Amino acid sequence: MAVVEARNVTKVFKQGELGAVNDVNLATREGEFMVFLGPSGSGKTTLLRMIAGLEEPTRGDILIGGQVVTHLAPRDRRIAMVFQSYALYPHLSVRKNIAFPLRAQGVPRKSHAAKVEWASGLLGIGHLLERKPRELSGGERQRVALARAIVREPSVFLLDEPLSNLDAKLRASAREELTQFHRRVGTTTIYVTHDQVEAMAMGDRVVVLNKGTVRQVGSPREVYDEPADTFVAGFLGSPPMNVTDHGDVLVGFRPEHFLPSAMVQGPKVPLKFRVSTVEYLGAERVAYGVLEGSRWEKKKVVSRFSSNADVRLAADSVVDFAVAEGSLKFFDRQTEKRTTPRGLSWE
Amino acid sequence: MFGPAVLYIVALVGLPLFLAFFYAFTDIRVGSTSIHLVGLENFRSVLSSPTFRGALWHSFVFTVSAQVIVLFGANALALALLQRFRGRNLARFIILLPWVAPISLGAIGWKWILDSIYSVINWVLIRFHLVKPFDAPMWLGEPTLAMMSVILVHAWRMLPFSTVIVLAGLTAIPKDIPEAAAVDGAGFWRTHLEITLPMMRPIINVAVLFGVVFTFTDMTVVYILTRGGPFDSTQVLPALAFFTGVLGTDLAAGSAISVFLVPILVIVAWLMLRMAHRAEVV
Repeated sequence: MAVVEARNVTKVFKQGELGAVNDVNLATREGEFMVFLGPSGSGKTTLLRMIAGLEEPTRGDILIGGQVVTHLAPRDRRIAMVFQSYALYPHLSVRKNIAFPLRAQGVPRKSHAAKVEWASGLLGIGHLLERKPRELSGGERQRVALARAIVREPSVFLLDEPLSNLDAKLRASAREELTQFHRRVGTTTIYVTHDQVEAMAMGDRVVVLNKGTVRQVGSPREVYDEPADTFVAGFLGSPPMNVTDHGDVLVGFRPEHFLPSAMVQGPKVPLKFRVSTVEYLGAERVAYGVLEGSRWEKKKVVSRFSSNADVRLAADSVVDFAVAEGSLKFFDRQTEKRTTPRGLSWE
Repeated sequence: MFGPAVLYIVALVGLPLFLAFFYAFTDIRVGSTSIHLVGLENFRSVLSSPTFRGALWHSFVFTVSAQVIVLFGANALALALLQRFRGRNLARFIILLPWVAPISLGAIGWKWILDSIYSVINWVLIRFHLVKPFDAPMWLGEPTLAMMSVILVHAWRMLPFSTVIVLAGLTAIPKDIPEAAAVDGAGFWRTHLEITLPMMRPIINVAVLFGVVFTFTDMTVVYILTRGGPFDSTQVLPALAFFTGVLGTDLAAGSAISVFLVPILVIVAWLMLRMAHRAEVV
């Protein structure tokens, strides 16, 4: 196990190439499950590839276990990586795929069988060992890729969107299995994804990236409840946070905090909501519309509430809504960074 | 829809093939007005000729050696051309040149390069005092050297073709796979020998089979460089068939010689079809 650290890591690409990374500083904790979350082109995969040694930083250093590895080849970093495509060797059986890192790293031949047995047992693919990758389902391939990664007991796991090739149903169970798996092996893990659900569900901490810079590092709860800037506020949450102009600040509130007035307790900001459509999503309802009457006239907003809530909304009606004052987030207009809460004046 | 294809195959492939087989059993000569069936007589006389048996053997040596050289060369070149470097497109263009230039021109160029008097190779060797002025190698004049020269020139000519095929195969391998191998701890050779090469096997097979066909049936290089000499030491089947049948006017014997190409080509064609049938790229 080891701590991974990035110090002032910058990667410059030729013009037109996406994924540049700009002066990133971060460090994992021992045995942590850290998630890099960001839209495509945010540099999350580039950052992971630099940690893996598949890409060399233009500036800055990568440290693994306290040792500078910036210029070391991938093979000398004691890491294992699972690729988005799984990158299984198509001409080799599952057994040989899993054993390949052992052969490549010169692990004594005698111990191969036992280690392959152990890794495949851990992932429940013992019965697939003689198959070829093309004879496996997506979920099985993903496990083989994981088994191949775990077999040599690396000090760091790097996972590059390993669930994106699975269908939605399988993804949910694979997510849970990966968390279990991490708990069992306890290896420091860095997981790259553009899916906020994966990030929130699995990460001990989430690193939110955009355009090559780190926007926020924190627990899922922190990045969701206390977003550091409007990007994080808008990227996390589905539907995203409502953000609206208010003088020299931007004011944000989550759809689940924008509710019919009667449902909001304590000091609150009343708002008139003209409903345009209501989506019924089973467990919850999502209402889209615009604000009316206040300074935020015509501002498009979204509300989200439980389907059980006793709320009747007809399209095109105007309803009294409100946001609890404590749920308002304030952002600086220029920097778009979080600022201190203040009273709303409606001059 | 089939019409033109059938016509084309019958006129340009079927008829000549039929005539070659038919003539092999007759006593036809260039310009003769009569034709008689003579059974296996032509085959008997061809098989008993040491020149033919030599040519048969040389054909195999020529084909196998040239293909081995081409295979190694094409792999090395393809790997090099896969790297990003300045002027890569120019390098690709230059490497393709021997293939796009007419073979006869290339071969004539080599004839001068290997010439007994004007050879630039010998000139360089003499200038660097590697050989004595009147003791320079006769590249096309000594049996072993001549065979080596013919093989090398043909390999030079086939190299671009195979390189392009192997390069296509290399490019078809997802980048993830060699990267996974690198992370797994494999170095260049292990990655190439255990991962990349096996994955490219189908496409390399195609390159080899085409190469075998092109080499086994080629007579241009031999015809221009050595005319089969010295002492028939570089004689190959297609050239011998041409010398006997066309230049020597014995069409029947020439046909009989060329018929010996058929079994090899049939086997290769069968393998090709089988591979095309279950072509399975990655």
